Amino acid sequence: MGRTIRIDPVTRLEGHGRIEIFLDEKGEVNRAYLQVPELRGFEVFAVGRPAEDMPQITPRICGVCPMAHHMASTKALDALYQVEPPAAAKLIRELAYNIFMLEDHALHFFFLGGPDFVVGPRAAPAERNILGVLGKVGLEVGKRVIAMRRELRDLNTFLCGKVTHPVTGLPGGVAKGITEADRPRFGEVAARGRDFALFTLQTFEQIVLNNREYVNLIVSDTYTHRTYYMGMVDANNRVNFYDGKVRVVTPEGKEWRKFAPADYLEVIAEHTEPWSYMKFPYLRPIGWKGFTDGADSGIFSVAPLARLNAAAGMATPQAQEAYEKMFATLGGKPVHHTLANHWARIIEMVYAAERLQELANAPQLTEPNIRTLPTATPRLGIGVVEAPRGTLIHHYETDARGIIQRANLIVATQNNAARIALSVDKAARALLGKEGPADDQGLLNMVEMAFRAYDPCHGCATHTLPGGLALRISIRDPQGKLLREIRT
Amino acid sequence: MNEDFEPRIVGMFCNWCTYLAADLAGTSRMKYPPNVHVVRTMCSGRVDPQLILWAFRCGADGVLVGGCHFGDCHYQEGNHKAFRRILLLKQLLPQLGIEPERLRLEWISAAEADRLCAVIADFREQIRQLGPLRAPLEEEKMEHVPA
Amino acid sequence: MSRPKVAFYWCASCGGCEEAVVDLAENILPVVEAVDIVFWPVALDFKRKDVEALENRAIDVAFINGAIRLSEQEEMAKLLREKSKLVVAYGTCAYLGGIPGLANLTDRESILHYVYREAPSLAANPDTMPQEHVRMAEDGVLELPHFDDTVRTLDQVIDVDYYIPGCPPLPQLTLEAVQKILKGELPPKGAVLAPAQALCQECERNASKPERLMISDIKRVHEVIPDAKTCLLAQGLLCLGPATRGGCGALCVQANMPCTGCFGPLEPIRDFGGKALSLVASIVDSTDEKVLRECFAKIPDPAGTFYRYSLPAALLPQRRKINAR
Repeated sequence: MGRTIRIDPVTRLEGHGRIEIFLDEKGEVNRAYLQVPELRGFEVFAVGRPAEDMPQITPRICGVCPMAHHMASTKALDALYQVEPPAAAKLIRELAYNIFMLEDHALHFFFLGGPDFVVGPRAAPAERNILGVLGKVGLEVGKRVIAMRRELRDLNTFLCGKVTHPVTGLPGGVAKGITEADRPRFGEVAARGRDFALFTLQTFEQIVLNNREYVNLIVSDTYTHRTYYMGMVDANNRVNFYDGKVRVVTPEGKEWRKFAPADYLEVIAEHTEPWSYMKFPYLRPIGWKGFTDGADSGIFSVAPLARLNAAAGMATPQAQEAYEKMFATLGGKPVHHTLANHWARIIEMVYAAERLQELANAPQLTEPNIRTLPTATPRLGIGVVEAPRGTLIHHYETDARGIIQRANLIVATQNNAARIALSVDKAARALLGKEGPADDQGLLNMVEMAFRAYDPCHGCATHTLPGGLALRISIRDPQGKLLREIRT
Repeated sequence: MNEDFEPRIVGMFCNWCTYLAADLAGTSRMKYPPNVHVVRTMCSGRVDPQLILWAFRCGADGVLVGGCHFGDCHYQEGNHKAFRRILLLKQLLPQLGIEPERLRLEWISAAEADRLCAVIADFREQIRQLGPLRAPLEEEKMEHVPA
Repeated sequence: MSRPKVAFYWCASCGGCEEAVVDLAENILPVVEAVDIVFWPVALDFKRKDVEALENRAIDVAFINGAIRLSEQEEMAKLLREKSKLVVAYGTCAYLGGIPGLANLTDRESILHYVYREAPSLAANPDTMPQEHVRMAEDGVLELPHFDDTVRTLDQVIDVDYYIPGCPPLPQLTLEAVQKILKGELPPKGAVLAPAQALCQECERNASKPERLMISDIKRVHEVIPDAKTCLLAQGLLCLGPATRGGCGALCVQANMPCTGCFGPLEPIRDFGGKALSLVASIVDSTDEKVLRECFAKIPDPAGTFYRYSLPAALLPQRRKINAR
């Protein structure tokens, strides 16, 4: 007799993401379906909008990572108008972007996904949140996190007008510059940011890596998939969030493709399933082979772990050291353990902070020329950045006046959709198999952990709350009758 | 086209000119189609675009704004403003799925009763060709309580 | 004496309003201590049935952000209304519909058709379309909810007591509003909890705004490098400050970008877009039709420019389908 298990995040998401698992007669997982039941249509109501409005419209896809959309959109406008921003503008953009990456990753680790680890997978749900984290690391630490984020976000308010839904991006530059009088403030905050990032790494090492149980969880097969990995890199194949080419490595870690943003359609295609509004990106040349991993499957992964896998190293010293340590600890590159995303995320925090210091000291940062006015007739522009949650692509086509005729967005978390489905499938097998925990809470914990490690920004892919998920698992008989329901 | 369709037209007529023209048409026993619901405003410049949108929302198939010729405005430039606003509003309407021809601005002085009659007859025919607008709003669903 | 019960909820929202609450930073701690949060899906773990179990009007104030798009959101809004003494529409999406309201310029069919048939990243010959009911081979049925053509404001589904505008709202305004409500200093019902003055009053460039502001042409933001000290509208950029409620301190203008109107209209205005359009049209210094048309050609998207945040709240909130003849 087959059974159905449905995981339905209702309370927080109002049906914005749910997982349905079908079991066969033997009680083994037959298929897992990740259903995303909403679609807002940004790509369609972009049509008719002036392209220069897109850097302010698209951030409303997600209020947690608005800067990612703002920047991808701004870069798409550079390409659209074939205009190169002056050096100071590029530095300012990268500065704002790294400030954002640092504070957003901190938000995730301390407030959203990280609590799973910090508080522990066996903790009750009521503790797996920021309050539980504070209980574990202490109120002083909590205040430090809050203060650091506030400092960083105030900087971006200064730089970009608004920190949530920034306004400064323009084709060929930015709207606001930095003077020498402003520079010291950036340097000071960057220095504190670096200390904070290193402190976070230390905290992770103390709480997680020194705990055998946690480490076993990270490397367990339940949370392991052998997929391709994708991330943006600079000319030296080091991780870069703001600019560069996009590198893809095989499950064995060899470079498979390195492409320019403008060529993304040759590499990435989207697969549709009838039971989800969200599409599943895959590597077009390899093809869609179903929900399976391995080198023959076009499924790939993005976000911190994927970026570190896809790159040859980090571009700043302490991040590089942390990168080497992670790979040494976990048995070499590439690392296929999904939960290592938490670790990779913190290494990226260290990089972002170190990069901030470099940028804050860059001589050209304060040059007055921050705009190159476009002169070419616009037609097509594609802009790519690394959002905290993965590779983000904005593609605009306009008429001669610069009015959007067609837009295509491949949004960060979406790239992980197929792999998330694999993760859930695997977690379901483990928990419903003979070895798995018998109790409801254990079942939920394991599935949630698989999900949270991706820091899924369903706000981007659809409309859901980024990071935290409340899950509902419905176990049904083949006729669909509800046998058992488990909620967080 | 439904042969029985009689457009409902809201006319926003300036007190100093078009409204007086309507009066004159009346006292002169001129015949013109009865499709226009006349609203008297003190100037065509008083016609806030919101009033025009409101008229469409209430079920008007067409809106006719009547003002003074340039140079004759009782308040100097009110009609200049009407001219600019309605021109831009007609650029907005197609985006809302409303044919811009449904909004019409005419300069009709107090003496031009005959012209007013001709305009109304012509506008009625134009709207008959376009068909009903009846921007249908399920009132319960769409009523926004202004803050 | 029990602490006031507070609930936070989000509908069709980007999450920015939740971030705005988190941006209270250290200031959030005294608030959290002063109240009893009974429902906040973002941070805490209460379930819908906990809310259902409450007595009617047991919650002192519910802050709801996001527009209404799905039936589940409407149901949740109605539930919270029943269980709350006060409901605050938090943020511009709840208040006016927000940027997702631009979807009212298109329709469900167009969205489905583009995303699943025409998007350039689809596999060749795409023939799969999401279905609301999919019978899978293993005897199960998968369902997707129907989504509506229309995005709506919160007060189009429930009675709303107060509005806090902004995309997102400013932490300072949020804090002031929360403190007022908790102290029992209730403003008149229906009040928008932000200053009743135009943005220009707060803008540091206000002094440079001419008494009689007329412009001879309009500029799109990427076409010019504006002067960093003078009124942007006077320079021909479409700054909607004069038509927009203040309260944000003119943050965008400080970054040399024009105000796009996210705080919504001034006090007696019913339709923000209509008024903003009127503002811009009125100040163009010409009565020559040809000149005006050339000038207005620089506003190629009046709906997106004037109704960017407020289409669901507009007098004409949805694009009408013109029947082919």
